Amino acid sequence: MSAAALDLHQMGVAELGAALHARQTSATEVAQHLLARAHAHSGLGAYLALNEAATLAQAAAADARLSAGERGPLLGVPLAHKDVLVTRDFPTTAGSKMLQGYRSPFDATVVQRLAVAGAVTLGKLNCDEFAMGSGNDQSAYGPAHNPWDRTRVPGGSSGGSAVAVAARLAPAATGTDTGGSIRQPASFCGVTGIKPTYGRCSRYGLVAYASSLDQAGPMARSAHDCALLLSAMAGPDLDRDSTSLEQPPEDYSRYLAQPWPGASASRPLQGLRIGLPREFFGPGCASDVLQAVRAALSELERLGATLLDIALPRTELAIPAYYIIAPAEASSNLSRYDGVRYGHRAAQPSDLLDLYQRSRSEAFGPEVQRRILLGTYVLSHGYYDAYYLKAQQIRRLIAQDFQSAFAQCDLIAGPVAPSVAWAIGAKTADPLAAYLADIYTLPASLAGLPGMSVPAGFGADQLPVGLQLIGNYLSEARLLQVAHQLQLVSDWHTRTPPPFTPCPGSHS
Amino acid sequence: MSLTLQEIERLAQLARLQLTPEQALDAQQRLNGFLGLVEQMQAVDTTGVEPLAHPTAVMQPVQLRLRPDVASEPNQRAANQASAPAVEDGLYLVPRVIE
Amino acid sequence: MSAPLVQGYEVVIGFETHAQLATRSKIFSRAPTAFGAEPNTQACAVDLALPGTLPVMNREAVACAIRFGLAVGAHIAPRSVFARKNYFYPDLPKGYQISQYEIPAVQGGSVAFELAGAARTVRLVRAHLEEDAGKSLHQDFHGMSGIDLNRAGTPLLEIVTEPDLRSSAEAVAYAKALHQLVTWIGICDGNMQEGSFRCDANVSVRRPGAPLGTRREIKNLNSFKFMQQAIDYEVRWQIERLQDGYAIQQATVLFDPDSGQTRAMRSKEDAADYRYFPDPDLPPLCIAAQWIEQLRAELPELPHAMAARFVADYGLPEYDAATLTQSPQMAAYFEAVVAAAGKALAKSASNWIMGEVSRRLNAEERDIAQAPVSAALLAALLSRIGDQTVSNNAAKQVFDALWSQPPATEAADAAACLACVDAVIAAKGLKQMSDTSALQAIAEQVLAANAKNVAEYRAGKEKAFNALVGQVMKASQGKADPARVNALLKQLLGA
Repeated sequence: MSAAALDLHQMGVAELGAALHARQTSATEVAQHLLARAHAHSGLGAYLALNEAATLAQAAAADARLSAGERGPLLGVPLAHKDVLVTRDFPTTAGSKMLQGYRSPFDATVVQRLAVAGAVTLGKLNCDEFAMGSGNDQSAYGPAHNPWDRTRVPGGSSGGSAVAVAARLAPAATGTDTGGSIRQPASFCGVTGIKPTYGRCSRYGLVAYASSLDQAGPMARSAHDCALLLSAMAGPDLDRDSTSLEQPPEDYSRYLAQPWPGASASRPLQGLRIGLPREFFGPGCASDVLQAVRAALSELERLGATLLDIALPRTELAIPAYYIIAPAEASSNLSRYDGVRYGHRAAQPSDLLDLYQRSRSEAFGPEVQRRILLGTYVLSHGYYDAYYLKAQQIRRLIAQDFQSAFAQCDLIAGPVAPSVAWAIGAKTADPLAAYLADIYTLPASLAGLPGMSVPAGFGADQLPVGLQLIGNYLSEARLLQVAHQLQLVSDWHTRTPPPFTPCPGSHS
Repeated sequence: MSLTLQEIERLAQLARLQLTPEQALDAQQRLNGFLGLVEQMQAVDTTGVEPLAHPTAVMQPVQLRLRPDVASEPNQRAANQASAPAVEDGLYLVPRVIE
Repeated sequence: MSAPLVQGYEVVIGFETHAQLATRSKIFSRAPTAFGAEPNTQACAVDLALPGTLPVMNREAVACAIRFGLAVGAHIAPRSVFARKNYFYPDLPKGYQISQYEIPAVQGGSVAFELAGAARTVRLVRAHLEEDAGKSLHQDFHGMSGIDLNRAGTPLLEIVTEPDLRSSAEAVAYAKALHQLVTWIGICDGNMQEGSFRCDANVSVRRPGAPLGTRREIKNLNSFKFMQQAIDYEVRWQIERLQDGYAIQQATVLFDPDSGQTRAMRSKEDAADYRYFPDPDLPPLCIAAQWIEQLRAELPELPHAMAARFVADYGLPEYDAATLTQSPQMAAYFEAVVAAAGKALAKSASNWIMGEVSRRLNAEERDIAQAPVSAALLAALLSRIGDQTVSNNAAKQVFDALWSQPPATEAADAAACLACVDAVIAAKGLKQMSDTSALQAIAEQVLAANAKNVAEYRAGKEKAFNALVGQVMKASQGKADPARVNALLKQLLGA
């Protein structure tokens, strides 16, 4: 194997794009290399579906475009999709038995846009069932494993996406974030991920969990790579998604190389005010996490940023509010899984009721069933006002808190999660504990604000810690800029998990 | 606010889920545990606060976009029914529906 | 004004009508809405609720709702919300129906109609937009039912009245007036056999002055004929139950036309909990005042107003005006005839349209748009009756000929039409005798040949006179003007 081939999986999106354009490698070669790695490391539980023929066909098409002289930062670049984004060429399971073998007749808009840009799909990635979970331990197809410590969760629900990127199985992946499902696994696996402003990316083709919260976003090994992906993924989809934002297309990498407005090259973040919510830095957060976060913040200070104390007083209320709104919407969104038109159908149903009850009970996992029950409860007659309506009011208060904060600062920063990755199985006995651990990511989700996780070093047991950056609506390019500046002066995002030997793996 | 097993059963019926006694008990415990969290939320005074149904409404007014009345979807029955569990003559089959 | 009591009970009825809106595509998807397609060939990914699909609102459906609101004098909500109504049924792909709950698009309004000559008004509570469900076919597939989702997603306007109706006759009259209105303004094709206009009646009874009784809902009343029958049966059934000492339980019932009875449906779970909440996939619908005004300007003259105008301008009786304004096409035809023939012939035009034209259209199951005799042509014929060229009777023969063999080219201008009519008159030799001397000669001959009748008439027998008129008509081969014959004979007989 040539040196180039060995390095292919270490290359990021930008690098690969350049190498492909310079004809130093081909889309086919890169794809084959990464497919081989996917097989070699199947024990990590990152992939749920591969389709070599489809991948190589896409690669060949990309190579043809490259030969014809076409340019584009993603042309020929391979990536993988979280299995809640529907694809025609690969099955979509959403991590559930309910959709085992399901083939969508259409591609998700986000998938389509990346394909138009020339990206090559390597496969579909593992996730918590219907994106409900924060450890990728709620997948019906087995857990995904944190490449930094395989006994640990990679985070969720975009666990497979984080694993693939961290383990160098793909230079980038799509994830989705409803309550932190991009940011938290990015933090646990030491990769970069961004959840854009609600409505930036089309939800058409995104298997719905919570409609007013779901957002697709990129996960990669650098802010630069994320910016390249986001530029292709995001954009109005007015014909198919009524919640899609009517914003003109953006180049999210346009500020990356620039200093903050008014700053100089020597102190590129001069003038940037970063707000640190006191609620994010309290006793609820593990000290090793806080230490790593503060170290990253110091780097930003050295670049000229000013750190200031702010308050997001309703932070804690984000937990009950989210866990009322999301399950409520989910309980309704998942009603379509009834065994009639697609999906799992129980064998020999005795009558209609039996068809529904058995199909759903057989194919939905325990966490999904719990959230459906909870959602059904909070919407049920007599409880709607006290729960759902109340939660939406709290939601507005939380959004208002952010607006007050953004009057004092340009960005908000803090930890992504109160701890590093926990052991697989440690939290399954107490899902409530898992809910509580979402405390730092939920507020931005509820408010619809863009949020990033940027590698910020390591905490207990040498496990990765992410720095969360939250921006005001539509400020993704600025978030990416700040993250990029941090990545220019730090190398946490370049670290590779300890070498692991390829093994056939036992996941189904 | 505490849910009884009967209420859990009613919710399961509404959601077309079939719970074993163990599952029902588990659901009851977990839901009640969660509802404990909710109490602090309910204690907050939210008089006059408009619910936030669409998050970006904070940024700009949101309103429903209307599309032109054009029937542009072609017939894709075969592709759409590729994953159907039971189909005959183009119809989805279900256990007998009696009014 | 108040309706009659039934066995001492007052009948209270509220109506819910689901009108399918006549749009080309569905309310939330771009699949076509045409009736009668092969199963599931008009159900796209969105209609099938495939994973990842989302709704996008059809502008024309909203326009239809606004037009309806304007036509009934309702308040058009500047901001209304779509809500999910959650329940499981095989014809409901998402497991919820997108409808409007707390804030509908149209609020209030009223529908006026006539019953037995008296004017009545029914108040509307609301009208809201929602999507239709699919269909389960009655055909048996080895013990299974077949589901066709072509209809799923068709736009519906659900129109709800206050419980203002007090008899089955009133209910039917309201339903007919509503049917006329929605077809008149073009938002619904009104085809009840195809399910375009479906009614549910909420029926209860009470002693006068007592609070409202428990109501039962009769679903899917899809013909006016069965509507009255069903309500009458239900009312009698409820009264009997009460008189036997039973309370009425709230229920949904179906009418069985074969037995003529209403029957409670298989009991669904007690009080379905639909768990309504605003659909997070659809931001609020905002309707600008400008759009409302634009649609108001485009709204056609409504049937009630037009009928009143026909009475005032053309001197027509109310019955004629109401009949002619059954459809805009019929009314337009009438007005075109009058425009060509003149106002003086308005009543004549009305008679011919309600009579000869309608009779043939009904027999041939055609509507006025397909009438072989154009308005201009009918006007020409009426002119020739008016100027005595043909008698009314002879004109019927002319009309027959024109109807069965319409002119090859559409004669539009008056002169061409008259020429056409004259040609048929000449061909059939139906031209009325206008030569007074010839007529007089015939009359004198008849009198001479029928001395007995003359004598009987002189003796006071009126019938004898008619016989003489008949003889003259016969002798003139029907070409004499009966009125003139009458006058002439009277004159000759010195009466």
